[in-house]
Amino acid sequence: MNMPLMKTETIAARPTAAVVTLAPPQRPRAEDLMKMARAAAVRIVPPLVVLVLLGVIWELLCRRAGSALPPPSKVFKDTKELIFDPFFDRGGIDKGLFWHLSASLKRVAFGFSLAAVGGVALGTLVGQSVWAMRGLDPIFQVLRTIPPLAWLPLSLAAFRDGQPSAIFVIFITSIWPIIINTAVGIRNIPQDYRNVAAVLQLNPLEFFWKVMIPAAAPYIFTGLRIGIGLSWLAIIAAEMLIGGVGIGFFIWDAWNSSHISEIILALFYVGIVGFVLDRLIAGVAMIVTRGTAQS
Amino acid sequence: MIYLKLDHIDKSFTRGNATTEVLKDINLSIGEGEYVSIIGHSGCGKSTLLNIVAGLTRATVGGVLLENREVNSPGPDRAVVFQNHSLLPWLTVYENVRLGVDKVFRSSKTSIERDQWVMHNLNLVQMAHARDKRPAEISGGMKQRVGIARALAMEPKVLLLDEPFGALDALTRAHLQDSVMALHQKLGNTILMITHDVDEAVLLSDRIVMMTNGPSATIGEVLEVPLARPRNRLELATNANYLKCRQRVLEFLYERHRFVEAA
Repeated sequence: MNMPLMKTETIAARPTAAVVTLAPPQRPRAEDLMKMARAAAVRIVPPLVVLVLLGVIWELLCRRAGSALPPPSKVFKDTKELIFDPFFDRGGIDKGLFWHLSASLKRVAFGFSLAAVGGVALGTLVGQSVWAMRGLDPIFQVLRTIPPLAWLPLSLAAFRDGQPSAIFVIFITSIWPIIINTAVGIRNIPQDYRNVAAVLQLNPLEFFWKVMIPAAAPYIFTGLRIGIGLSWLAIIAAEMLIGGVGIGFFIWDAWNSSHISEIILALFYVGIVGFVLDRLIAGVAMIVTRGTAQS
Repeated sequence: MIYLKLDHIDKSFTRGNATTEVLKDINLSIGEGEYVSIIGHSGCGKSTLLNIVAGLTRATVGGVLLENREVNSPGPDRAVVFQNHSLLPWLTVYENVRLGVDKVFRSSKTSIERDQWVMHNLNLVQMAHARDKRPAEISGGMKQRVGIARALAMEPKVLLLDEPFGALDALTRAHLQDSVMALHQKLGNTILMITHDVDEAVLLSDRIVMMTNGPSATIGEVLEVPLARPRNRLELATNANYLKCRQRVLEFLYERHRFVEAA
């Protein structure tokens, strides 16, 4: 909506132009605005109504004296400081929520990046080579069923430090869906594309970058989306155990000091960040795979 | 002068204990610039034969000689136009052709020359206007044109066409056949084409190779098409030679080597 305005400003600012006939700023037609507003309303209003409804029910249920959980009004009153000042830092673990979330996100970013690189590489190997599949697939199928937290004691024993252990748990949790989906994607590359590559005499590296990755991209991104979801699940639990800065430990700490309202606030943030992470990968997938749709 | 030679080719597939012989003792010599069609019922192994020439499949016995040298792996000197176009859907029309050009002329042409060469070949098939479109955005006939441009741009010694018009509607097919004829006339490529369309074979070819039914399919008959080029499909419709050739192929396919459903 600002576009026509900005344009006129830049034209006017040009010093050399002596006479500039400014086109009257094109006003977005009322109908267009109405249409956009209606489209937005269709998507935003229903969840908003449900949200308000749920809030009212919650308020009514938890309002009575002696209820175990606080109503939303009390949650807001208790956590006002945390909501409006997420950036304070009083040393130790007494920090704003922003720092806790960013610490958790950093761990996820590390672990998930490692898993993405390793998962696509291993998935390509398993998808491309029959022998690699025969050898590795049964092992993967067993390993992937191990719950994330079961790895934590072992990694603590190996790394003797919380930080790398948490990253390892993220890595080991999110790598399996990436491997498996990549392998399926590679196996499903049509023979035609392989024939084209053979006629063009693409070398293995060119084949990998120019045919395999784009052809398998929809599958790879499915794996990445599942992987990022799982790693966000795992990091909260892992942080509860390893302590230090992080949203998981923040929740555990709040529980230990009976700040139930803080737990509820943290859960909101966890949910929203998880949602944003998922949308982020989905958005990247949309951009990257726009041309891969079969004709 | 023999350019491409198929020398005693046998091909059998083994699955478990069962061995099926698909092709038996295929011998064929093709001269430079010649347009040869291979026609036969479906399942007679003609696509397998093309794959052997392309190097995508190895012959069990015998081999393929191109300019007296054996070829047994795929390469751009035997470019293939695939039946279902096989363009990479994530690349634009231009990039699809450019991929092959970059590969073949990596050291012999500069980047600018390669760009011009891509556009030259897109112009040959009248597809330069769609250079930035993706395969999903153009029609089936256009995709096949781009497939032909990609193959031509590799400057192949032999152009292999694997039922190139099979997936197209009749009008588009006729249009594209005329284009291929014009290109052959202009560039003088050596072309080996697989088809199951009698009219197409007679219209386009210098020689028609008729295959017997499988298993153990082999060349049943080779027919010379004594028609002067350039050919015009409307004039040919009443041409005695054309009708005679057509009759010969039809007789071969539907009387002497009828398609056996159970096979």
